[in-house]
Amino acid sequence: MSFINYSSREINCKIVYYGPGLCGKTTNLQYIYNKTNPETKGKLISLSTETDRTLFFDFLPLSLGEIRGFKTRFHLYTVPGQVFYDASRKLILKGVDGVVFVADSQVERMEANMESLENLRVNLGEQGYDFDRLPAVVQYNKRDLPNAVSVDELRGVLNPRRLPEYQAVAPNGVGVFDTLKAVAKLVLTELKKGG
Amino acid sequence: MYEEEFTKINSVCDRLTKDANAKLVFLVDKNGQLISASGQTTNLDTTSLASLTAGNVAAMGGLAKLIGENEFPNQFHEGARESLYMTIVGTRVVLVVIFDNRSSLGLVRLRTKKASDELGKIFDSLIRKADGPGIGSPFAEITDADIDNLFSE
Repeated sequence: MSFINYSSREINCKIVYYGPGLCGKTTNLQYIYNKTNPETKGKLISLSTETDRTLFFDFLPLSLGEIRGFKTRFHLYTVPGQVFYDASRKLILKGVDGVVFVADSQVERMEANMESLENLRVNLGEQGYDFDRLPAVVQYNKRDLPNAVSVDELRGVLNPRRLPEYQAVAPNGVGVFDTLKAVAKLVLTELKKGG
Repeated sequence: MYEEEFTKINSVCDRLTKDANAKLVFLVDKNGQLISASGQTTNLDTTSLASLTAGNVAAMGGLAKLIGENEFPNQFHEGARESLYMTIVGTRVVLVVIFDNRSSLGLVRLRTKKASDELGKIFDSLIRKADGPGIGSPFAEITDADIDNLFSE
């Protein structure tokens, strides 16, 4: 649920990056963090293990500018990808406004992608959300790797809803901002509809 | 969140800061949005504080359910110099007090309890207001062009 503060005239929205382990969710956030203006962003908080795997979440607050006199701020979160962190993953989905599903394009990660997508659907359901109605976009990450599966094939398996989709190479930023803009736009459009 | 309640909430937080001799008092909703902060907020990243608080409350809530509790309404974290006390107000909001050795856990607990009851009432009336008719969303009039403008830079 977006949080609208009428007295300080701010809208806060929560966007969650979801996807299988090591698919590049944190990398997405790191790239955004490195490329944005220092005045518009807060600290990137990463709760990770010594081996750099996300343990609980990464968090990046980002302000985008004003709409009709309201400051819009997005809180970007990532979830831990590994299967056994399911309990903490559920918690992060609380109050979510929009989801980015980051898929790993490598052929050997296809199964992990599918499992993660199913897990997203189930966990959203438990929080009372319907994945089919939540603003969401899909990002096919790691397009530069030689063992990447074709986009058609990925789409067939991971995006039957024909959500907006983007190809990305997160470490050098390809597609990262396109993905963010797309989901932010969907969230705001939803806000406009829902009121 | 409306002006009237916002002022009330801020004044409760300000008073608690004084009464409990606290360094900092802030109020966060369970989704990690900062509602109000009072006390020595300069040099402190309150946005991060807010989101980590919410994460912590959510994690402790998960733990509570595992052992058959509904949630842990009060939490205390003791540091070498600074300590942190958090309490859940109503069902949606968390009140956090950060204090050092100029205050004590007993005092903070006592004052927080009182402030939390007051805040509970304010939030109840806020929820009733939000459910009531007649308040249009300011976003109904946002156009696609407005949204595009955000991303034009």
